[in-house]
Amino acid sequence: MRVIYAFIAGGLFGAGLFVSGMTDTVKVQGWLDVFGDWDPTLAFVMGGAIIPMAIAWALVPRRKPLVGGAFPTPPDPQVGRELIIGSTLFGAGWGLAGLCPGPAIASLSYGGAGHWIFAAAMLVGMAITPGLRGELDRRLARG
Amino acid sequence: MEQDWIWGLIGGLLIGTGGAVYLLANGRIMGASGIIGGLVDGSGRHHWRERGAFLVGVLLLPILLYPLYGEVDTHITQNWGVLISAGILVGVGTRVANGCTSGHGVCGISRFSLRGIVSTVFYILAGGLTVAVFRHLMGWI
Repeated sequence: MRVIYAFIAGGLFGAGLFVSGMTDTVKVQGWLDVFGDWDPTLAFVMGGAIIPMAIAWALVPRRKPLVGGAFPTPPDPQVGRELIIGSTLFGAGWGLAGLCPGPAIASLSYGGAGHWIFAAAMLVGMAITPGLRGELDRRLARG
Repeated sequence: MEQDWIWGLIGGLLIGTGGAVYLLANGRIMGASGIIGGLVDGSGRHHWRERGAFLVGVLLLPILLYPLYGEVDTHITQNWGVLISAGILVGVGTRVANGCTSGHGVCGISRFSLRGIVSTVFYILAGGLTVAVFRHLMGWI
């Protein structure tokens, strides 16, 4: 069942990214482009997504996941250096190409070669991160 | 074009419903970068079927919806240098930050997670600054 629910969730996610236009890099960059032709669509997507998600979080305390097990632990209040550095790097890449990880996958079937190049580079980035993190930690530890 | 916000809202509701299903059914946070990254670096090996099924759904639904639209232009840049640098930045950044627009943004903000909110502020600021510099100052994108 876990696999079926995951497929349904992924399907809703993919359909939502598609119909909202979030795989269109012009819309995403348009939202970030406050000095140009600003496009508010992304704010509606975010707002629309947060509504069902907030309802889901409100239901969490009194129940268990359908497949059993436990819900995620409450949010970690710790805002560390990695969160800031990582989010900033991610934002720079997001602005450059107008794609984040979800739309990068959703657009593979119809976006053309550029999307495959972006996705391949993203996977490489993800693959090298554990090594980069280890190196960063060693440098920070040495001061 | 004036209907863009309606489709944005509808799409957003679908995305949030996907996140709600993933949470209430499987007890997990729907974060695209975590689901993909866990498969890439092996940290999510034990959940590979669930992650794989999720990604198949993400890929498949646009394929099914595409014929209804006919033509969808994603306006992706053809500049390989931009694509590769952007992809690496997104891959490394989301894994270092442990989340992206879906995990920190949608799933984090909706439970008032401080980390989710701070992350979202920083990636939006960085994205805005990047577009300002590379579009308006350099004219690259």
